[in-house]
Amino acid sequence: MDHGSMNMQGGPAPADARDPHAYSNGLTLESGPYALPGPRQLRLSDEHAFGSVLLDRLERVYTKDGNATAYDAQAWFGGTYDRLVLKAEGDVANGKLEEASTELLWGHAISAYWDTQLGVRQDSGTGPDRTWLAFGFQGLAPYWFEVDATAYVGSSGRTALRLEGEYELLLTQRLILQPRMEVNLYGQRDEARGLGSGLADAAAGLRLRYEFSRQFAPYVGVEWAGKFGQTADFARAEGQRTRETRYVAGVRLWF
Amino acid sequence: MPPLRPFHSPLPLVPARRRFVRGLVAGGVMIGLSPWLRAAAQGLADTRTGAAPVLSGTNIDLVVAESPVNFTGRPRMATTINGSIPAPTLKLREGDTVTIRVTNRLREATSIHWHGIILPYQMDGVPGVSFPGIAPGETFTYQFRLEQTGTYWYHSHSGMQEQTGMYGALIVEPREADPIRADRDHVVLLSDWTDEDPMRVLAKLKAQSDYYNFNQPTAIDFFRDVAEMGLSRALDKRAMWNQMRMNPTDLADLSGATLTYLMNGVTPAGNWTGLFRPGERVRLRFINGAANTFYDVRIPGLKMTVVQSDGQNVEPVTVDEFRFGPGETYDVVVTPKDEAYTIFAQAMDRSGFARGTLAVREGLEAPVPALDPVEWLTMADMMGAMDHGAMGHGGSAMGAMDHGAMGHDMPGMKHDMSGMNHGAMAMDHGQHAMHGMTGGAMAKPSATVRHARTEYGPSTDMRVDMPRTNLDDPGIGLRNNGRRVLTLADLRTIGGPLDPRGAEREIELHLTGNMERYTWSLDGLEFGKSTPVHLKYGERVRVILHNDTMMTHPMHLHGLWSEVETPDGQFLVRRHTIPVQPAQRVSFLVTADALGRWAWHCHLMLHMDMGMFRVVVVS
Repeated sequence: MDHGSMNMQGGPAPADARDPHAYSNGLTLESGPYALPGPRQLRLSDEHAFGSVLLDRLERVYTKDGNATAYDAQAWFGGTYDRLVLKAEGDVANGKLEEASTELLWGHAISAYWDTQLGVRQDSGTGPDRTWLAFGFQGLAPYWFEVDATAYVGSSGRTALRLEGEYELLLTQRLILQPRMEVNLYGQRDEARGLGSGLADAAAGLRLRYEFSRQFAPYVGVEWAGKFGQTADFARAEGQRTRETRYVAGVRLWF
Repeated sequence: MPPLRPFHSPLPLVPARRRFVRGLVAGGVMIGLSPWLRAAAQGLADTRTGAAPVLSGTNIDLVVAESPVNFTGRPRMATTINGSIPAPTLKLREGDTVTIRVTNRLREATSIHWHGIILPYQMDGVPGVSFPGIAPGETFTYQFRLEQTGTYWYHSHSGMQEQTGMYGALIVEPREADPIRADRDHVVLLSDWTDEDPMRVLAKLKAQSDYYNFNQPTAIDFFRDVAEMGLSRALDKRAMWNQMRMNPTDLADLSGATLTYLMNGVTPAGNWTGLFRPGERVRLRFINGAANTFYDVRIPGLKMTVVQSDGQNVEPVTVDEFRFGPGETYDVVVTPKDEAYTIFAQAMDRSGFARGTLAVREGLEAPVPALDPVEWLTMADMMGAMDHGAMGHGGSAMGAMDHGAMGHDMPGMKHDMSGMNHGAMAMDHGQHAMHGMTGGAMAKPSATVRHARTEYGPSTDMRVDMPRTNLDDPGIGLRNNGRRVLTLADLRTIGGPLDPRGAEREIELHLTGNMERYTWSLDGLEFGKSTPVHLKYGERVRVILHNDTMMTHPMHLHGLWSEVETPDGQFLVRRHTIPVQPAQRVSFLVTADALGRWAWHCHLMLHMDMGMFRVVVVS
């Protein structure tokens, strides 16, 4: 049976694959016998632009050291294969933007389940702002894992890598458990932003949401977060914890 | 026989949030209008439902306009023809030249397509293909001669107007006596309604394609399977689906979560009623005018004798149940003896049903069956025959499959007469082939699968290398249900093919899509990227439709008949709309005898609109 799934999806087209225009005899939608005069009038939704804004996480975060508000949103606008993608992630504590990363990307479909993304990322919040060029992949891995992996190149030879994974486990049709993990790595230290080289931070969380509708789902969850290596050293020097458990309550919504 | 329970609703209790699936008793009639809508509806007549007015003769005027409806308790505006849902039933006569003036009172362009009618292409009513459409305020005059008889229908071919109410029956009565004898005749037009803006529905599917599927596999299902079949088989059952990122309950894009299922424009609670006198032969003209819904139709307590399919008379075949998709029609004859019977039409995904009653007087009801359980698609629906040797041998195509995960729902195991028919017919098949210009080479449809090179990109989430070619599979949810269910293999158009010639060449077209991205196409190319299929005027060509998706697609070719054949090349049935099941390969012959540009598309409206659409040029 395995041979089936290997051949049934993706892969390169064989050299003798059929030409999808072979039956047209040179005719087009605009020209040839009986074509209506002027430019093509019939345009279906395959040539229409769609868009959506997803607030995957909009949550209040509770830790031993205090509370914060976190957001993680992704919006897109465009067609089936090429889209403008906006990603925004950040924390606000005590009315101050602690950490924020915003990306503007061109998403381009390269296979049934995967898009490449190319664009810029802007980091703001505590410490000096940083600007990066971003290139990554976003899509759906086998067994329904949602994966987002992006590499970044900044000024002064700075590099970074961010990996995110999510899964949606349907307990019932509306009660959904979402495991999620995120890892950030940096190529060189950036003391001004409290980042060391190598593995800087990681988080793994579980969120349980109830979909009153597909577009509105409150949730509660718990997340374990850690800082590592030099990044952890910087945090300790600032008197911060390097490991913490966060309790979260929030809402997932899209429109 | 079912006991009668007049004046008592047999409908099971449902949670309040599902009321809109069931609909209002007085659904369709404008009631409880909010003040703002009442203002908007000033001067508009209420939309009539239930018994569509009948228009006949050779001069007909139709007016397209907005009119208010209320199927669910929420007032909405529909687009209607002459202010009714369904639109008026047109009773026309074979051989007549009819003149139909269509006036557009909408704020947007409209059109009417005469579904299944053979006519000049300029009269076919597809905006941008056959004509520019009917602008607001304009009147377009359709004129054509009726060369055929039978049950057809008509609907808008503009935007989403078909979903919002523009559909009606079109009956062409024979000049001579109708060979189908009946004492009574009812149109049963099934459709579906959503309170949402259909474009918004599409936008939601673009963002989340399983938005309306509330029958998805859950952790609870998994633990139940573990308890029943053990861990390894429960994992096995899911492995392929999960590996391929496919959903085994992806049976319909829209469900009862947004749709209200209608019979002659009436909700299930409203209970459309067709009258009869006991002992009469009643002809029911079933038309699927839904935008999105395959219906499984039965009348508990009655056998249905199918006498016509897509307007063409067939050798009578008696069944308990049939499935049909948007665009298809079936005429059946029943002989009811009791006082009341339920006409039960459940949606293929089992998320709801349309329902009406055949009764000796108004106000009667018969028990309404429960919805059948939701079945998972099988590996055969995903992968096809999986055994080359078994291809083309009817129900035995699945015989070679032996996999624990499939044991509970093996399809197509009907070892009845169909296999023998194939054998018997293979003999005169040889004679046909002698007439064919290319002799034996084209006598049978080619079994070699040839994927287009554009099926290897992001538009296509799977390809089937070993398709099923047997036509005696009723499809997912109807296999081995204890009822005799109609299949394509049961149908024989009376009189044989219109054109005795064999095929001169073959056109292979693959039905493709990507559910996750919610895009639908042919050969991996959506309409906007496609080029027309060119047919030479007068040629006889074989078309092979090969389904590389997990959904059933009702493929409708305008302007030209599609003569469906067996995998051995034997003529079966003449159709205008052909349902192609998942991983199935269906072939039919077409005579290119109508000059012009024609539309060819999946009749699931959202699939068509996302690009599962081609233009055919005959020149």
